[in-house]
Amino acid sequence: MSIWTTFHKWGSPRWFYQFSGRLLPYLAGLSLLLLIGGAVWGLALVPADYKQGNSFRIIYIHVPASAVAMGAYMTMAIAGAIHLIWRMKLAAMVMKAIAPIGASLTFLALLTGAVWGKPTWGTWWVWDARITSVLILFFLYLGVMALHQAFDNRDAAAKACAVLVIVGAVNIPIIYWSVEWWYSLHQPASIRFIGESTIHPSMLRPLMATLSGMYLFFAWAMLLFTRAEILDRERNTRWVQDLVCGVQEQGVK
Amino acid sequence: MASAGVSSLVVAVLRRDLSAAARRGSEWSNPLVFFIMVCALFPLGIGPQPERLAELAPGILWVVALLASLLASDSVFRGDYDDATLEQMLLSHQPLYPQVIAKTIAHWLLSGLPLSLLSPLLGVLLHLPMAGMGALMASLALGSAVLSFIGAIGAALTVGLRKGGLLLSLIILPLYIPVLIFGSSAVKAAVEAGPYLPQLAMLGVFFLLALALAPLAICGALRISVDQ
Amino acid sequence: MSRANLLFDANFPSASYILGGVLIDAEAGYWQSLTGVILAEQGLEVRQLYSERDDRVLFADLCFTLNAGDVLQIAGPNGSGKTSLLRILAGLSSRYEGDIFWQSHSLDQQRAAYLEQLLYIGHGAGIKAALSPLENLRWSCALRGLKQSDETIFQALTKVGLQGFEQQPCYSLSAGQQRRVNLARLFCIPAQLWILDEPFTAIDQRGVAEIELWISDFANAGGAVLLTTHHPLAMQRPLRVIDLGAF
Repeated sequence: MSIWTTFHKWGSPRWFYQFSGRLLPYLAGLSLLLLIGGAVWGLALVPADYKQGNSFRIIYIHVPASAVAMGAYMTMAIAGAIHLIWRMKLAAMVMKAIAPIGASLTFLALLTGAVWGKPTWGTWWVWDARITSVLILFFLYLGVMALHQAFDNRDAAAKACAVLVIVGAVNIPIIYWSVEWWYSLHQPASIRFIGESTIHPSMLRPLMATLSGMYLFFAWAMLLFTRAEILDRERNTRWVQDLVCGVQEQGVK
Repeated sequence: MASAGVSSLVVAVLRRDLSAAARRGSEWSNPLVFFIMVCALFPLGIGPQPERLAELAPGILWVVALLASLLASDSVFRGDYDDATLEQMLLSHQPLYPQVIAKTIAHWLLSGLPLSLLSPLLGVLLHLPMAGMGALMASLALGSAVLSFIGAIGAALTVGLRKGGLLLSLIILPLYIPVLIFGSSAVKAAVEAGPYLPQLAMLGVFFLLALALAPLAICGALRISVDQ
Repeated sequence: MSRANLLFDANFPSASYILGGVLIDAEAGYWQSLTGVILAEQGLEVRQLYSERDDRVLFADLCFTLNAGDVLQIAGPNGSGKTSLLRILAGLSSRYEGDIFWQSHSLDQQRAAYLEQLLYIGHGAGIKAALSPLENLRWSCALRGLKQSDETIFQALTKVGLQGFEQQPCYSLSAGQQRRVNLARLFCIPAQLWILDEPFTAIDQRGVAEIELWISDFANAGGAVLLTTHHPLAMQRPLRVIDLGAF
């Protein structure tokens, strides 16, 4: 019984709005602290790599961005499944909120990958297995966003996107594995990617900081976007109207 | 008035789709013409040297076949949606799953299979070595069946939208990538006299996965598309 | 929105007709033989149905029952949600709140049994233009798991006035004839409930009278009919009307 009450409570947009409102400042503060702290630590304090020099430092942005982008897609797929199975409207709002955040993170990962590639490999773009996989993830995000925009009806858009996201989530392991296999087939001997296992522990700690900072940032952004979506969808309800009127009155005072 | 089994349902759907397509030739001939025309563009774009064409031929043939299959997949449910016979399929008390499989197989018979049968001819035009022809046909036949199933998911999701075409490619193309990788690799391996059965086996795995899972997504997507 | 919205025939005599005696018709036996078992007392029941489109309420608190022998017309101006209601009741749309029961069971639990007894004719074409009427009906029957003989189908096509057109491609038929092909499903698919969305579209005057006769025959045989139309119905049956324009 308690599971169901929790579930229904979570499913109520109003409750979620109020709960997430209390959570937001902590998430924001912690993620900024970790991101800025980790970045300063990684960019200024960690010694340079003996092979790549200073250019390796971009991993403190690149790796968290691509990891969180991947995690975001899976979160989106879980939200989509919840929406389809239990018809929870809140899950649809979360799903819609994640897509632009995930797409931005993949774009950031691609951009930082290119910036990293120039000094390391002497070219802006290399068809490396990981970069290619991130590119495909970017395409998947774009597809979800395009499909959502194409529908006039909000409920149909949410359901159709949920189906697409789940199909994508089932395919992602296959795509990643195929791309790995494809790359191993064509791998030129001159290009070698540094594996994470070879990273020195002193380089790893700031990475952990920015990685967890990026996860918290994602959670923060997701809550913000979901809250905006809740207000838009529930604009005809009493509580949203009271909320908006309250804000206006405060502004007048 | 006895209740008929799933097999007669599948036969009825296949017969209907195939005979409707037989009266309207364009449905199956257009992707073929597209395949030929785009393949003919490549020598014009990259030069007529046989060695260079031979080297690129596996990739070109596979990418163009993939695009032809993509263009064809928009029509899997389009006609049924427009003339509201799709509603009848959804309102049958018989399961939708086998109907959807039958429709997708009918679509493959009309698009993927002719493409793979025609491919050796285009292989000759692009100077693909004879050793690659068998792998080309086999990989296209198997791979295009997977493409048909994936494409049908996209078609079912976009069938209720007025402008489906371009959107369909956006959502479906990323999902085509594994098939492209293993399909073109099979042809390349065959040309280099290497083993290509492993790649075909992978395509077979993809086909079985698609056959089992894709209809679930297609059924769900069709119900969503009709309910707008 | 708790206004009573059911306009019974007794309240609105102008919109409905009650003839004292039920007409006895030679055709009434047709559906009895086709359908076999006739609808039990409890048919379709709708409780507190609510639906909206683009933040506009189409109907709210809609309640009615439809039992054996009932003919119910959904009336209302364009855009009042007639088609939406029919699509909800046919199970094509899930955009509603409220409860729908079929033979005292919730529709969610009864879907297959309900669909087996339901014949829905929407306002789409419902036929493949490239195929002949015969092929179209064969497919429709096969979808329902029926092995109807070609003879039954020929008979159905004769009843809708398409004798001699059975093997022609449907695109060569006129709009009214195409509509009749779609309506021929009424004669070859056994059902207990018909949901007909604008069945008279593109049908000539004599055809309309014929269809009205089929509907009352089917109701006489124990079927239930739910329909929308802009035609004034001259039904030889008690007819109930629900006006969605009242919302």
